[in-house]
Amino acid sequence: MTQQSLYEQVLDYANRANPYPLYAQLRRKPITRQTDGSYVVSTYREIVSLLHDPRIGSDFRKRFVRELAPAGFPTNQEPASENQAQEAEVPVPNQGSETEVIPSFIGLDPPEHDRLRRQATWPFGPPHKPGRVTDMEPQLIRLANRQIDTMKGKASIDIVEDFAYPIPVKMISELLGIPSEDQPHLHSLSEAIIEGIDLDPQESQEERKRRQEQSGQTFKKLEQYMEALIERHRKQPGSDLLSGLIIDHGPDGAMAPADIVSTASLLLIAGHETTVNLITNGMLTLLRHPEVLERLRREPNLVIRLVEELLRYEPPVQILPNRVALTDINIAGTTIQKGSPVILLLASGSRDPTRFHDPDKFDPDRRDNMHLGFGSGIHYCYGAPLARLETQIALTEIIRRLENPRLVHDPPPYRQSSTLRGPRHLIVEIDGVRD
Amino acid sequence: MSSSDTEKTASSVQRIIIVGASLAGLSAAEALRSEGFTGTITVIGDEPYAPYDRPPLSKTVLTGLLPAEHTTLPQRVDLHAEWLLGVPAIGLALENREVELADGRRFGFDRLLIATGTRARPWPDSAQAALDGVCLLRTRDDAAKLRARLAAGPKRVLVIGGGFIGSEVASVCRELDLTVTVTERSSTPLIGALGSAAGMFAGQLQCAHGVDLRCNVTITALEGDENGRLRHAYLSDGDTLDIDVAVVALGAVRNVEWLHDSGLAFDSRGIICDSTCRAFNTNGMATDNIFVAGDVARWPHPLYEGELLTVEHWGNSVEQARTAAHNMMSAPADRRAYETLPAFWSRQFGVNLKTVGLPTFADEVVLTQGSIAERRLVAAYGHKGRIVAALTVNMARWLPAYKAMIEARAPFPPVLHAPDGPAELRPVPAGFPPRGQSTHSPIATPTGPGPSISPPEESSTSAKVQDPRVPPGFQPK
Repeated sequence: MTQQSLYEQVLDYANRANPYPLYAQLRRKPITRQTDGSYVVSTYREIVSLLHDPRIGSDFRKRFVRELAPAGFPTNQEPASENQAQEAEVPVPNQGSETEVIPSFIGLDPPEHDRLRRQATWPFGPPHKPGRVTDMEPQLIRLANRQIDTMKGKASIDIVEDFAYPIPVKMISELLGIPSEDQPHLHSLSEAIIEGIDLDPQESQEERKRRQEQSGQTFKKLEQYMEALIERHRKQPGSDLLSGLIIDHGPDGAMAPADIVSTASLLLIAGHETTVNLITNGMLTLLRHPEVLERLRREPNLVIRLVEELLRYEPPVQILPNRVALTDINIAGTTIQKGSPVILLLASGSRDPTRFHDPDKFDPDRRDNMHLGFGSGIHYCYGAPLARLETQIALTEIIRRLENPRLVHDPPPYRQSSTLRGPRHLIVEIDGVRD
Repeated sequence: MSSSDTEKTASSVQRIIIVGASLAGLSAAEALRSEGFTGTITVIGDEPYAPYDRPPLSKTVLTGLLPAEHTTLPQRVDLHAEWLLGVPAIGLALENREVELADGRRFGFDRLLIATGTRARPWPDSAQAALDGVCLLRTRDDAAKLRARLAAGPKRVLVIGGGFIGSEVASVCRELDLTVTVTERSSTPLIGALGSAAGMFAGQLQCAHGVDLRCNVTITALEGDENGRLRHAYLSDGDTLDIDVAVVALGAVRNVEWLHDSGLAFDSRGIICDSTCRAFNTNGMATDNIFVAGDVARWPHPLYEGELLTVEHWGNSVEQARTAAHNMMSAPADRRAYETLPAFWSRQFGVNLKTVGLPTFADEVVLTQGSIAERRLVAAYGHKGRIVAALTVNMARWLPAYKAMIEARAPFPPVLHAPDGPAELRPVPAGFPPRGQSTHSPIATPTGPGPSISPPEESSTSAKVQDPRVPPGFQPK
């Protein structure tokens, strides 16, 4: 077996608990070309520069990779070295027509992206709905405390199952107006989709293709669910975001029905797979820094900066794997070739010592903290205000109420994904629950 | 002064005076304390108010959303400063290191920061300017008065000058559903700051929002009734308007007169300083104890070929003041150069306009992303085949990429292949008028080389170019 590249080691599940030393090694060269023709970017300056570069797109349909031409070589033969191989432009395997999915705005470029994002923002935030997120605060506090109440009488709890998962999932469901009886079904769909799009360097092309097809089929199921849900909301609109997308139009007019489906599906998945990890990573980090945990108990206002530091130090979105070079781009001594996938290691950029003082230290008092936890540029996290509020409230409440929480396994078991990274379980022993 | 004396000066600085109690003055005071200065700080300001924020004065204060007195700037650090407010400085004695105030008091200093900024250019006829209803917009008091007039529901507002202040006032008038006429001596609004190509877009925006925009037109006279109330405006196109309110938005005049006979190198274009913010004296020497920051400074930026810049931006006041503060208390070897790229924003007629770099340095401009029809676009400005500035309309998130291109002196026009870019790049002339031709400020502009070059002589020709009443078509020889 050939030696794994540094980036392949990042993807390797064996390194899931601590990818940061690998990021540090990767940062010795800002941009590295992978054998599959993609470019991995690991340094803060270059990531920020590419996030704001109009020559970078997010629409995977614009990709084609130059890779070693497989035709004519038996598959068991030694791989030819790059300069011997004939380069061929091979379109990135797309989903078959039956499972083809209309990209949501996260996978589109301007001007389509901009219009959809504006339409999606209209019923979600300022100026039209400035209170959408802040008004959820009382409900969030109640929800967090209800979850904590269920821990009474237990000696050990799972932060993921008992706390970090139910809060954001319940909130995104409420936000979209999804009936609670449907929520378990959507949970399993969301998990299957995320597993399908995850990167695994070990698997063969065929396996990857099969997995992507499966994921596409699951996505179709989610879309069918959304279509039915939208129909119900259209007949009986409520004050939820989905009803807003359907009936509450801003200056850009109504969103097309297919776009409402893809947008709602995107928000549902994003709401399921990111804040869960942010809350869990937060709890894990606090348990590893008991002095900070103690401070948060005494100074609840610390949580604002603490969550920002968390977004820098243990971000739930580690990697943006979906960018593509729209033309040749010269940057940091490398030419990224047109059509190549560009992979931005956000979590590595946020630990770049040329940008952050003492970057491997978790420092909730850090003032200079322009982290990449929510990305930057036109695709900056849509749900950031909600993720911030959820995590701030969740961490404040649980730290206030748990008696003597102790980490049982360090590191805890992780979920498969290297991109949306977080513990599968976080078992914590407690002496009790305060009121 | 021997070199060893110079080395010691940093630690021997005990008394710092800042003349100018606005954004630059405050930013400098904060930076001094943040960097550990423990001596006395005295801030002198001609207005009676603590430092306040000006950008809202032409926007939310006029719409009534924000009361004018709620614009006071927050003070981020405990300044322990002595505030001498409401009395202007009227003189500077370099050899005694003293500033003289209008009430006769004198204050000595080890270091002086000059941040006296600008004032609104008044209407040239003082009797007409004094009519009840003729307004300027620069200060908090100006904004409060204008707000009261707009809130009273005048039948028509006249805005004289289509620069940024004039355009923002017109935008507010339309937001308040008031009838508004804008006169502009040049061919488009915003031409001085952005050129006629971008100015055409700004003009279309105004017309689409119901502004009665009259370009290539001047006001030849304002007329009042027997009670001294503004009643009529006479236009160079022969029209007469019935008006209650006229807003004179003819750009800014630099507050330099108090430096008469001081021996510093200054003229109406500003006070000349080097890139470490040290003022030059009339012998072309950089002084070691007088520093300049903000609108009133005129200094060489490394990216713009030795031209001295004047920049009236909010961000410039903050950053240049911080640089000046750092250099005031540093030994010569620790001083740093001020190289921040100019950046500016405006909000008008429902769009967010932002620039980075120096559009006024450009000869060409090209649309690189978005479109005029969508009212979302990016335009790049070029000078001799390199990119020197960029303008965004509702697309500010792309500015960092253009900033990097400007700093890297990237070729113009930039070939981006952006997904929302045009099929073909078509640069057009940027269309800046001859200096002095527009009736409003260019906001950020190269002002010729220096420091020893004197300004163009005042003559009847240049006086005519400067007079906002003189109709267009007048060509200086």
